[in-house]
Amino acid sequence: MKKSACCLGVESTADDFGVGIATFQGEILANASSGYIPEEGGIHPREAARHHTEVADKVLSEALSKAEVKPRDLALIAFSQGPGLGPCLRTGATVARALASYLDVPLVGVNHSIAHIEIGKLETGAVDPVTLYVSGGNTIVSAFDSGRYRVFGETLDIALGNCLDVFAREAGLKHKRGMPLGAALEQLAANGEKLISLPYVVKGMDISLSGLLTAATTLLHKGEHKLEDLCYSLQEHAFSMVTEVTERALAHTEKKEVLLTGGVAANRRLQSMLNSIAEEHDAKFNVVPRQFATDNGAMIAWTGVLAYTHGLVTPVEESFVKLRWRLEKVDVPWIK
Amino acid sequence: MDKVDSQTLLKKGAEASLFLASWHGRKVIIKARFPKKYRPAELDAKIRSYRTAHEPQLIHEAKKAGVPTPTIFLVDLKDAVITMEFVEGKQVKQILARVSKKEKQELCVRIGELVGKMHRQGVIHGDLTTSNMILNGEGKVFLVDFGLGEKNMELEARGVDLHLMKRALQSTHYQFAEECFKNVMRGYSAVLGGEYAEKVFEKIREIERRGRYVDERKQA
Repeated sequence: MKKSACCLGVESTADDFGVGIATFQGEILANASSGYIPEEGGIHPREAARHHTEVADKVLSEALSKAEVKPRDLALIAFSQGPGLGPCLRTGATVARALASYLDVPLVGVNHSIAHIEIGKLETGAVDPVTLYVSGGNTIVSAFDSGRYRVFGETLDIALGNCLDVFAREAGLKHKRGMPLGAALEQLAANGEKLISLPYVVKGMDISLSGLLTAATTLLHKGEHKLEDLCYSLQEHAFSMVTEVTERALAHTEKKEVLLTGGVAANRRLQSMLNSIAEEHDAKFNVVPRQFATDNGAMIAWTGVLAYTHGLVTPVEESFVKLRWRLEKVDVPWIK
Repeated sequence: MDKVDSQTLLKKGAEASLFLASWHGRKVIIKARFPKKYRPAELDAKIRSYRTAHEPQLIHEAKKAGVPTPTIFLVDLKDAVITMEFVEGKQVKQILARVSKKEKQELCVRIGELVGKMHRQGVIHGDLTTSNMILNGEGKVFLVDFGLGEKNMELEARGVDLHLMKRALQSTHYQFAEECFKNVMRGYSAVLGGEYAEKVFEKIREIERRGRYVDERKQA
């Protein structure tokens, strides 16, 4: 069987090491990954990078065999160039450079945040959405205008996923394989009944979550409330805040699509809130499918295809990782 | 509420809907904060009534500081509705790209002066976008929509207010955002004094460095 040209994408910005394979037509052939789960606490960058090094060959062969693609059939190697944790990014970049040189194919560095938006568009068919990108590292409201994705709103301090994860760890919840902390928190929240008053901080189109986290954690340690009620109240406050700023961007840009992407996109309650504002403004609500919500290689492979087919390549000598590469700094020539 | 003769929807915003109406022969804006279905009813009611109660107070404070703002006629806390003067003019958002370089400069300096006066009075606007600035026929700039504002004299709050304005300029007027913000800060310094303004700039830089993935942090 003749395969069309393929791009292999390597993702390693944080705790997940992922390898995805996409055809130049936008078919995802494989999306393999391995997540680093800390014994306790949050992500230790060096430990996560060590995990990535250990699993790289396994994840790579898993992706190739799933896609039924031979290495020499690959026409392009893409990698997540930033933003993210330095040691983790460097591990993925090293794998990508080695592959590109060995196979003698072009290399293209991809912005991780843009990849989350592009995979969401590819999988849902959204064309020009207002995007809410929420994960452990990012909380961004973005929309395309004149050559770039513009940032309309973001968190002034911690990311939404980070806020939920830290609270979950403080509450003693454990990260298990196939059950991220956020999902455990969502389950508890679903059984919450009483809304406990917590800080609600919207500043223009930006939000602040650190005060909310501190207040919720303080109440948690006082032990006067049911954990379910606290999880529920934390989610309701945090999600209402991001939904409000997304609605502001939607009203401001007057776009007709909303896209929810990133790891926290898997949360059903957040999905229902965004769906509600989309309806309110006659816009179509889209949510990235669960397997592409968390960090993954497929989104890097697909964004690599978009970049490469519009004339972008990253020579090896310019392929250093960019820890703080904001999405509005990136030209996106593939959108007219 | 008092009798309103006619009512047409001007803008369905995210935070509130604006209606143009006629009230005792006067053109007025009716700002209605309708319930938001996405958030729990108790939280929703709290947010809507808080903002409806505070907005007129802040508008009044800003007016005392010499900042043109719409006159408030009625406040209905129960339904979260404010009836206020209709300011006839154009949003700065619509005209900023069209005016000459010199006019742009003057306009931005003037806006900076208004923000300076407002901050000196202890009013933080909370949403300083160019959509919330209206240039009327006489060349006066009105500040509207204080729904996300607060009373605050702290450097931090002032810094965030201006940081948000800078960000709004960058997302909406990216071609000349930097130039505009520089002129805003010139007007701001003229009111609050160069020394204090410098402290606010330093605060803005600090706030920017707090943000995620910011190049500036490298220098810190």
